Amino acid sequence: MKPRVLLSYVIIILLVCMSVYPALWIVMSSFKVGNSLYSESLIPDALTLDHYKDLFTSKKHSYANWYGNTLFIATMSTIIGSFLTLLGSYAMARFRFYGRKQSLMVMLVLNMFPGFMAMIALFILLYQLDLLNNHWALILVYSSGAFVTNVFVAKGFYDTIPRSLDEAARIDGASHFTIFYRIILPLSTPMLTYISLVVFSGAWVDFIFARLILRSQDKITLAVGLYNMVNQRNSTEFTLFAAGAVLLSIPVFVLYFWLQKYLVEGLTAGASKG
Amino acid sequence: MPNHAKRASLLSVLFMGLGQLYNRQVIKGLILMLIGAVGLTASIMYLFENIQGLITLGDTPRVQIREPGKATIAIEGDNSIYMLVNGLVSLIALLLYVILYVLNIRDSYVVGKRRMNGLKVNTFEQTMHYVLDRHFAYLILFVPFIVALFLNILPLIFNISLAFTNYARPVLPPGNLLDWVGFETFKNLVTLKTWSRTFYGVFTWTIIWAVLSTATTFIGGILVAVLINQREIKLKRVWRTLLIIPFAIPNLVSLLVFRNMLNTEFGPINQYLSYFGLGQLPWLTDPTMARITVIGVNMWLGIPLIMILVSGILTTIPRDMYESAEVDGATKWQLFRHLTMPMVMFSTAPILIMQFAGNINNFNVIFLLTDGNPIVTGYQYAGATDLLVTWLYKLTLTNQQYNFSAVIGIIIFVMVATLSIYNYRKTRSYREDDIIQ
Repeated sequence: MKPRVLLSYVIIILLVCMSVYPALWIVMSSFKVGNSLYSESLIPDALTLDHYKDLFTSKKHSYANWYGNTLFIATMSTIIGSFLTLLGSYAMARFRFYGRKQSLMVMLVLNMFPGFMAMIALFILLYQLDLLNNHWALILVYSSGAFVTNVFVAKGFYDTIPRSLDEAARIDGASHFTIFYRIILPLSTPMLTYISLVVFSGAWVDFIFARLILRSQDKITLAVGLYNMVNQRNSTEFTLFAAGAVLLSIPVFVLYFWLQKYLVEGLTAGASKG
Repeated sequence: MPNHAKRASLLSVLFMGLGQLYNRQVIKGLILMLIGAVGLTASIMYLFENIQGLITLGDTPRVQIREPGKATIAIEGDNSIYMLVNGLVSLIALLLYVILYVLNIRDSYVVGKRRMNGLKVNTFEQTMHYVLDRHFAYLILFVPFIVALFLNILPLIFNISLAFTNYARPVLPPGNLLDWVGFETFKNLVTLKTWSRTFYGVFTWTIIWAVLSTATTFIGGILVAVLINQREIKLKRVWRTLLIIPFAIPNLVSLLVFRNMLNTEFGPINQYLSYFGLGQLPWLTDPTMARITVIGVNMWLGIPLIMILVSGILTTIPRDMYESAEVDGATKWQLFRHLTMPMVMFSTAPILIMQFAGNINNFNVIFLLTDGNPIVTGYQYAGATDLLVTWLYKLTLTNQQYNFSAVIGIIIFVMVATLSIYNYRKTRSYREDDIIQ
């Protein structure tokens, strides 16, 4: 083997170790006996499933409850957010109407403000209106956020579907609703997959806004619960956190690996097609 | 023949829907009259009061009455925040109402004109059909529009307007009234010693961070992709799959894991280091070290994505280009420098700029890893690794300096907007779109 190739292999293996190590470490910690951050070696002497059991049985954390809350919020946000994006981007891409240019400009400007400037304003509003600690507040914010951030990706996608397709259907007497439902929607699957994935995983792991809005232990989401676990008590429940983090990661991890192709396509579409 | 167009539009000016009734479009007319009536009542009852409130932000402060032997009683005064919000909502409602009014007049005029030309007036059913056919876009945009208006645009305008008030602790409603102060907060940010020092410090670090974090992930990603893409390397797919693991782990988890791994006393990294007799490193507790660490961790997070993107591009570069260059005696480095790099940069330049803009706002990495700490003496509510965006968060949530945080939000907007507009003008949808120019 040439030295260059050998060196390449060495570097690659080193990089692989670096990228796998944190994941391996957290998984191993979740099976470790005891509750401390400290451990003698990467692979512990004794393995235990206690921490996973504790998550669901302990009185202190209602982990199952958090999981349910998160699932509800993420699913609803995905449905509403994708629906809004689909309608908005389709209209923007396919129709030429008065105010279109202005609307697109407004969307563009909205995207340039730091995301949670609006969130903070909403927080102040909800706080003054006494509407904090409500799941629907989160769902609405995630959905509208999804619409504003993804409308350009989706529009870029629709721009690539030949317009002759709709025109042919129009000539055959199809209404706009029929065209949308029978032609555009089936063709949108890759784009819809991308958007649902982004919205779902975004809502699944968001802790910034969730932490602002959700106040009581029975309402909080996984991300907030986990953040509190390591942040408040100075890592004394580290192994419990590890187990919780593993369970939080699994759905996103699986979705990302499974739908990787769509993700990369969507990301590049957002950048190169606007 | 009477001038239907003129009469109908004059009637519509008089009251919404009258012109439509004159044009014998009864259902449409009645609906419009109802909207008009509701709008008019709402205007009389709330509009002027609310808009006046928006201008004054309240003039009756809360009064505390203390009678001897009894508890203190507070008599509520005006709440400036409510008045600000109500005022903004009223302004938006007024705008929508005016637009609807103008459309109503235009409609009566157009229908009147049709009548004068001897054309039949549409029945309600025909009107509905026409809307479905010709104005389908408005129909499906209605819901997204309302949502964006109230959940994105209104909060943003609200927050921007806070920049021009004195809304900061200790001036907090409902106990105190707010006032418009114009550009004073902007001025204070750059002239008051404590604020300006923090602002320049955080601003400089934000720029350094954005440049370094974007550059390191990009260069790293390209190098890794090229490394794996070498002809002689076997099992390319396996290596790539293993290397994109960081991309698939939620940021929240990996960052909290890093925070614990880099813990000075108990973290495994320092354990290994002391095992080899290298002592403990203050990964996240020393200002300079913490800055280096966050950039390093960000590389771990960001390189996989760039690697996937670049790997995709590398497969599209025709093989024979390399072969003919090799025949001409080009070295590996020359191939990389003059062939691979230009091809990769051409396709990824827009992503590069987007990532740069994204990094200016990279809240998660900083907040989850360091909380913006370690603390720097003389900084106003900020730490060594705080970006503008995490400083904004702290100012609002822990320190209630709402006006300063709004000013910083506007500054971030100006930075990101400049980049995005530059980028957007280069994208295909901008150049190819027939409307946006």
